[in-house]
Amino acid sequence: MAYPTAAQSPPPRQPSVKVILTSADVQRVVDRIAHQILEKTQGAADTVLLGVPTRGAPLAGRLAARISAFEGISVPVGVLDITLYRDDLRRHATRAVGPTQLPPGGIDGMRVILVDDVLFSGRTVRAALDALGDLGRPAMVQLAVLVDRGHRQLPIRADYVGKNIPTALAENVKVTLAETDGVDEVRLYGEEPAR
Amino acid sequence: MIRHLLSGADLDADTATQILDTAAEMAAVAGREVKKLPALRGRTVVNLFYEDSTRTRISFEAAAKRLSADVINFSAKGSSVAKGESLKDTALTLQAMGADAVVVRHPASGAPHRLADWVDGSVVNAGDGTHEHPTQALLDAYTMRSRLGRLAGLSVAVVGDVLHSRVARSNVLLLSTLGAKVTLVGPPTLIPVDIAAALAPGTDVCYDLDAVLPSSDVVMMLRVQRERMNDSYFPSAREYARRYGLDGPRMNRLPEHAIVMHPGPMNRGMEITPEVADSSRSTIVEQVANGVSVRMAVLYLLLGGNNR
Repeated sequence: MAYPTAAQSPPPRQPSVKVILTSADVQRVVDRIAHQILEKTQGAADTVLLGVPTRGAPLAGRLAARISAFEGISVPVGVLDITLYRDDLRRHATRAVGPTQLPPGGIDGMRVILVDDVLFSGRTVRAALDALGDLGRPAMVQLAVLVDRGHRQLPIRADYVGKNIPTALAENVKVTLAETDGVDEVRLYGEEPAR
Repeated sequence: MIRHLLSGADLDADTATQILDTAAEMAAVAGREVKKLPALRGRTVVNLFYEDSTRTRISFEAAAKRLSADVINFSAKGSSVAKGESLKDTALTLQAMGADAVVVRHPASGAPHRLADWVDGSVVNAGDGTHEHPTQALLDAYTMRSRLGRLAGLSVAVVGDVLHSRVARSNVLLLSTLGAKVTLVGPPTLIPVDIAAALAPGTDVCYDLDAVLPSSDVVMMLRVQRERMNDSYFPSAREYARRYGLDGPRMNRLPEHAIVMHPGPMNRGMEITPEVADSSRSTIVEQVANGVSVRMAVLYLLLGGNNR
């Protein structure tokens, strides 16, 4: 019985890449979330959009721009860095801390909508909720995400979802945005080949 | 990532810049409703102080507490050091208690380096003898950057007792790494021969304060360390103040934008007059506030991840 040699064994599978949302799709989804925010918040009164870096920050800016284009309302936008609130700080080399910028009016008594690109385990949102508690006392916190890929590890759900993408755990969802990566796209990467 | 912070030379330009950038974020915490971050929960920081200090110890304590670390303060007075315990035995005791970081100030130059061999945790040098005080250099660099917008290309005059100054040594090392040009100014008896070349090439020495002032962006006055003055380094305090003290007329010879720094504690009337110390160019109070932010950044970068 001969053992299979490297030449005989099947070539490693290439990881599959599937584009889930194109640039035009991303725009449509952002438009829809902006409409939903207006609808659910009765015209976005007393509302603040806080983006979670890296890609939540430009998304929050886009949502505010669309809300302003639709109804002429200017919604305050900020950035909430959650690095120092992560629950896995000690499992990695020290992470760089990013800027946190709250809008001048602050968040006390406001409806804060957290904005992120992908909702996965929910741990990022947990960290963001802890960070918010140290920054002030919002009247209400909601969550808007471009993609919900499932596999939650905490009891957290989003109020505004751009697209639900059923995934396997081994798959990977990657959002790219023009501001941070040069192009708007959401891609699903298949299983890495076994080695 | 570095494991210990023992010397200004431990930091390359990227790491030093990362510390200053992180410190800028940490500074925002001071203006928040809850002045605390959970990043170092469950970590233990020991302040091991063999020399008197108020601002440095309090600054490290505040920094560690704002990051939610547990802080143990140890001062040589009233401890078993007074009974003759050696630094090594004290270190092993701290080790057994599970210290994740030891912040050490010691009258002997090099003590933190020895300590770093004996403990598993990170060691931060908070001033060793006449050798180094790297977090002071970092907070000075941070203060210059926030006041003047940059560090590269700045002309910094470090004036006074360079011989005994750990602040001067760490500043020369760090500032030259970050691209500033340092000139050491003082009486020849207080500036060691060849110190400039030994510390960082490109550092100048000048014995005439008035010649340096018009081209300086930053003047850093050093404390005249009476406790280390066993020989006569200069004829009298009055003569020192006359030649190397910063007073109003001298301050007016500085460029419009220039700032005056002092690591504290000041000898008012000796190296700096009250008029200068309390002027709007003086960053002395700012330096203290910045010290907490910079030390938070250092503790976070040393202890925040699994860097061991």
